[in-house]
Amino acid sequence: MFGLSALFLARFQFAFTVGFHIVFPAFSIGLAAYLAVLEGLWLKTGRSAYLDLFKYWLKVFSVVFGMGVVSGLVMSYEFGTNWSAFSQKAGPILGPMLAYEVMTAFFLEAGFLGVMMFGLNRVGKGLHFAATCMVSIGTLISMSWILSSNSWMQTPRGYRIDEATGRFLPADWWQIVFNPSFPYRLVHMGLAAFLCVAFIVAGVAGWHLLKARREGRQASEQVRLMFSMAMWMAAIVAPIQVLAGDTQGLNTLEYQPAKIAALEGDWESESRAPELLFGIPDMKNETTHFKIAIPYMGSLILTHSLNGKVPGLKDYPKEDRPYSPLLFFSFRIMIALGMLMVLVGLWSLYLRWKGKLYDTPLLHRVALFMSPAGFLALLCGWITTEVGRQPFTVYGLLRTSESVSPIALPNIATSMVAFVVVYFIVFAGGITILLRTFAEEPHPDQHGPAEDQPQRAAGTTQVSHQPQPDAGMAE
Amino acid sequence: MTETAGFWLPVVWALLAATAIFLYICLDGFDLGIGVLFLKEKDHDHRNLMVNTVAPVWDGNETWMIFGGAALYGVFLVAYGTILPALYLPVLFMLLALILRGVSFEFRFKAESPMSQFFWDWAFCGGSIIAAFMQGVILGTLVQGIKVENNVFIGSSFDWFSPFSLFCGLAVVIGYALLGATWLLWRCEGELHDTMRRVSFGLGALMLITIALVSAWTPMLHTTYMQHWLAMPQLALVAPVPVAVVVLAGVLFMGLRNPRSHLLPFVATLGLFFLCFSGLGINVWPYIVPPTITIWQASSPPESQTFLLVGTMFLLPLILSYTAYSYYVFRGKMSAGHHYH
Repeated sequence: MFGLSALFLARFQFAFTVGFHIVFPAFSIGLAAYLAVLEGLWLKTGRSAYLDLFKYWLKVFSVVFGMGVVSGLVMSYEFGTNWSAFSQKAGPILGPMLAYEVMTAFFLEAGFLGVMMFGLNRVGKGLHFAATCMVSIGTLISMSWILSSNSWMQTPRGYRIDEATGRFLPADWWQIVFNPSFPYRLVHMGLAAFLCVAFIVAGVAGWHLLKARREGRQASEQVRLMFSMAMWMAAIVAPIQVLAGDTQGLNTLEYQPAKIAALEGDWESESRAPELLFGIPDMKNETTHFKIAIPYMGSLILTHSLNGKVPGLKDYPKEDRPYSPLLFFSFRIMIALGMLMVLVGLWSLYLRWKGKLYDTPLLHRVALFMSPAGFLALLCGWITTEVGRQPFTVYGLLRTSESVSPIALPNIATSMVAFVVVYFIVFAGGITILLRTFAEEPHPDQHGPAEDQPQRAAGTTQVSHQPQPDAGMAE
Repeated sequence: MTETAGFWLPVVWALLAATAIFLYICLDGFDLGIGVLFLKEKDHDHRNLMVNTVAPVWDGNETWMIFGGAALYGVFLVAYGTILPALYLPVLFMLLALILRGVSFEFRFKAESPMSQFFWDWAFCGGSIIAAFMQGVILGTLVQGIKVENNVFIGSSFDWFSPFSLFCGLAVVIGYALLGATWLLWRCEGELHDTMRRVSFGLGALMLITIALVSAWTPMLHTTYMQHWLAMPQLALVAPVPVAVVVLAGVLFMGLRNPRSHLLPFVATLGLFFLCFSGLGINVWPYIVPPTITIWQASSPPESQTFLLVGTMFLLPLILSYTAYSYYVFRGKMSAGHHYH
């Protein structure tokens, strides 16, 4: 059928569902932390604008989190439906890690989410803040387990292979969980999630600043506050992220040099290698066309030395090479977006110093334009690291072609179409609701999810005020 | 030592997995049931109220399903790798239905035009029904048996499409609707409460009929099941089940008839679910992929099972306690009517 194989469709489907899913956990991780900070600052300073912002972003969180849960549900079953051979072989190691993720993180998030969303008037400020922190900690724990599993697939350690079944058996759980690329990946992904949310917040604030200016009034205190917070994040976190990305690059060079060769479009291993700004890698003819290069920069960036030796794809057998044309661009787009974020952060620092942070429409326009930048960079980075792991699922040990389920092509094709249709409906619905929420300006006495739509109110207004729950349960 | 560990670890995990699945059925059962009941209850305010009774807790309820997938993967690898390919389409439909239904929780409240309101209401109702139905189909297909050779599924894509499994699908939809109705009659007042009390009579009767049919049908599926019913010690375990079903059914209808009884029908329904679940469990024991793979054959290596068990011993009680806390925070009757306008 159109020359498509079940393997290709299984890969495409996984990429599609993960690509859809990854946006929401990243959003939740960053947003939960932001909410915890906002509520903490409100409790500490008593400044009501913090509470208003908390309630404003809480509404966003409820949508984002729900979409993360349902799209994540698919992932926990897709390993079995589409990748049963992989699941059988790597399951003894990855299965317990994913189960731990659910037990230590998902339940924590879901358990305290209700209190965080609807419970402010029911449990008191202190307990409510504790619930918000629990949700935030839950998202961070979840990220840690997922990145540990993912890193194990990239840099497997602590296993032995059972000869009879070909399974990976756990030999040393410490080495499995804290495998060599895990710490770098964790930091890089965590910062990425924070930046995603910082730029969304900045974009929403930028839009309201521009709107207020057009209407000849001053934007509300809440809008200015969130713009300022987002710009602090950009100024501080974006440069740290560049350093974190650089160290992860060094780590990848050590453990997965073929990935580096592919994302740089380098075919020959060499010292004093140039850095390509542009090029079109050609897997068949083993070359990169239309190169625009800066001499020595490749070695300098990758090895921190002008004479450093960088790998080339020809060092590896053809069947072991990751697909360079995709990696080359996903990597460069990520880097370019990262640099832009750093520039925005520095520019905001300068304007802040000049006292013009809220009076520079160009910055607000740039912030609006860059609001999806964090997510785009995140997706590009994810493509880079996952496609760079190919053609293996467990790096160097288990091939992707040996990982797929014995599923008939029509089955996978059916499910692919169904996923695309449902995800687009859900995505379109979610985006519409988010944009509509963003279009409202956060204002004093902001209503949270529990109050502004009375029919929604699962909070106090909803429940009878008479203290009679026991009467209701009377038998 | 390893011999005994090799025997007991899978047994402990089978019990834990069964507990998790049962908790899922109870918890997500009533919130899926609420979606099914949208068929009956058309009033907009009432629908909002119904959804609000579960809004703070449904994420947690659904997490048990994710836990089921992850635990199966973590400790009964072979089951995970054979059941899911065999049930590819039902699992797919169930997941898509759960997605639509899950986002409808938020979307239907935020929908502005009547058209999108209508769409997301139907997504909630339809998603709940399909998800419940597919869960029944999955259960039925498992009980009926999956063709496996050398730990690989060798049947066809539509093996699940059989009268027995489709009937199980229907049975689960009815059962969840009853759970939802009795939950609502406990948590709501006034008109909605009265409607749910009325609806529960019919649903209760239907559920008893389906229980009887499934119980009569199951032993005919496989000779091993028939032997189970006739052999000790299973007979001793199974025999009290029908008696207990009759007793609990009596309690359910008594509770429904007594206007002062609010919680009892829900508890009785949970009891009925427990009996059906344990009845089926005794029936298929010790197989996890009937009729060929036992829990021992399906097990992940003991290193994996032990690693996970250590943490589970601490985490499960913790999870149960903060879940209970969340239910406690949002306890009490939800009242309709004047609060909305």
